[in-house]
Amino acid sequence: MESALLVEKTILVVAVFAITLFIAMYSTLVERKVAGFMQARFGPDRAGPFGILQPLCDGGKFFFKEEIIPAGAHKFLFIMGPTVAMFTACISSAVIPWGQELTIGERVIRLQVADINVGVLYMFGVVALGVYGIMIGGWASNNKYSLMGAVRAASQSISYEIGMGLSLIALLMVTGSLSLREIVAQQEGFVNWNIWVQPLGFLIFLVCAFAECNRVPFDLAECETELIGGYNVEYSSMKLAFYMFAEYINMFVSSSLMAALYFGGYNFPFMYDLGLSQNWITIIGVLVFFAKILAFIFFFMWIRWTVPRFRYDQLMNLGWKVLIPLAVVNIVLTGIVTIVKDTYF
Amino acid sequence: MSVFYFVAFLSIFFALMTIFAKNPVHSVLYLVVTFFTFTVHYILLNAQFLAVVNFIVYMGAIMVLFLFVLMLLNLNKDTEPMKSNLVKFMGVIAGMCLVATLAGSFRVLASSEPIVLKNPDIGLVGNLGRVLFSEFLLPFEISSILLLTAMVGAVLLAKNDPKKA
Amino acid sequence: MQSLSNRKKVLDQKPLNFWERMYLPAIARGLGITIRHFFKPKATYKYPEVERPYSKNFRGQHSLKRDEAGRERCTACGLCALSCPAEAITMISAERKKGEEHLYREEKYAAVYEINMLRCIFCGLCEEACPKEAIFLDGSHVPPEQLRKDFIYGKDKLVEPRFEYKKEKEITA
Repeated sequence: MESALLVEKTILVVAVFAITLFIAMYSTLVERKVAGFMQARFGPDRAGPFGILQPLCDGGKFFFKEEIIPAGAHKFLFIMGPTVAMFTACISSAVIPWGQELTIGERVIRLQVADINVGVLYMFGVVALGVYGIMIGGWASNNKYSLMGAVRAASQSISYEIGMGLSLIALLMVTGSLSLREIVAQQEGFVNWNIWVQPLGFLIFLVCAFAECNRVPFDLAECETELIGGYNVEYSSMKLAFYMFAEYINMFVSSSLMAALYFGGYNFPFMYDLGLSQNWITIIGVLVFFAKILAFIFFFMWIRWTVPRFRYDQLMNLGWKVLIPLAVVNIVLTGIVTIVKDTYF
Repeated sequence: MSVFYFVAFLSIFFALMTIFAKNPVHSVLYLVVTFFTFTVHYILLNAQFLAVVNFIVYMGAIMVLFLFVLMLLNLNKDTEPMKSNLVKFMGVIAGMCLVATLAGSFRVLASSEPIVLKNPDIGLVGNLGRVLFSEFLLPFEISSILLLTAMVGAVLLAKNDPKKA
Repeated sequence: MQSLSNRKKVLDQKPLNFWERMYLPAIARGLGITIRHFFKPKATYKYPEVERPYSKNFRGQHSLKRDEAGRERCTACGLCALSCPAEAITMISAERKKGEEHLYREEKYAAVYEINMLRCIFCGLCEEACPKEAIFLDGSHVPPEQLRKDFIYGKDKLVEPRFEYKKEKEITA
């Protein structure tokens, strides 16, 4: 039994890892396609039909590029930077519940790598750790622009973590659990989705997620017009690819987190009314979950090609003077509503 | 048990590296790794919540701020303050005192009885919260007031006096 | 200062009102615009497969014409080279031998005719200068090359392919 569990989890881990990388890989293509379509172009369409081989070509190109480590750089930390960024991006998908149970023969397989009691906090911690990759890399490059990018990334990430955490607290007051599996399981059907009870919290979380992923309009850390590329100026070849990949994986993970926390995860309307067997519900649920994630990824890109970059003081004002007070107000409101509901209904 | 010894070795090793590292940024990074080993310790003790909070607050926030400040300071050999001989002498005396105290404490060393927790799940979030908000409510609230005062003080320090400006 | 034209507009920048400071309505409007563009027809021509129509008076690569009997029209008078503001054209003339009447229309012809496509500015003055209607800039773009010497086009690239009367007659017959 023990070894079967090991095999099961190994398969799950490999599958999740592969899917994560696959989606991150194709996000790069989709991003360019979306950018093209929104600017009356086609985007890359030469490599294979509709350009579907483009990510492979890009990867191959990155592999064969010359690897440059600047003379003044700290060599070990220079390599550590992208490694940490990639590592933290990859381990964050461990606690996300991808679906319900699958029953194969006698075995019941839960489609989640690890059901940690404090899953939400784990995600939060890993996200907080992600900034180290950028900071270490930016500092080790021994370059002014990289350092500026690293410092910006650090202060931005710390500022928005607070808003994110406070918006999550209001959500946790509603769910009463820190386990992602339980939070998703509570949002059965359609009307129980947390977005209906926490719209303001979701908005704050969404903005903070953009900032944590260093995505436009909050990509001050790599802002080309001011810092020529920010923390990754000195990087080339696969190390640069790692940074970019980490960004796309982060985008995927935060999309899945938003889908799980606020949009019901694998739940879909009328899931138990259609008379399907449990296995079918699970499979459709997984597909629905991925559809939600992809929708969020598209939203990330849509925003990127719509909204211009914020100025740095605007970013800080938004974080500290708008989002954090709003999140606190949201907590108080949620508390009042909960008490009123418990006492009078 | 062997896992504990391994992790304990790692934490002491990295703690020492924190002190001995020449470069302040390396020192902070070693400290980060030290905190990570502490997180592992908490997990070994089945204190998931403490582990994650240690992870988020110390590794994720405080150390980032440390690193942030150190990166901007650009410390190198030239900026290091010269230590006078008097300071060195005092340092030696203080160090010797510490060694003497440690050596003295070895004499009264005895292994305690292994403590078996009545409730092994005491470290989980729900139980911790229940205890914090019933038994230890007063200390909890007082510590939150302490943090609030610190915050107000920090804001006061950071804010320019409008009369002077 | 007083405006003389009376067209001066004074901009008064009002402080943003609450909705404007919220950013969100503006962002939502922006998102609406971009998603509309997402589904609009694209301006791109997929070049090698689809070619963009050229304008009628487009001046591209030169071609040396033949007459209706398939003979080269050029008589190597050098007027094109003389008119060329970029000094791109050069040629060596030769006299037509007996038995070459089916190749060259005039008694003198260009044995070597070279245009340096890197110098050429495609102004079309050679076309205007030519008394024999032998040169026209009616081709498409000059394709890219690796070496500079490959941009010097000789007669092999410039002269129109020969119109094969005989073969066509054979096919129809």
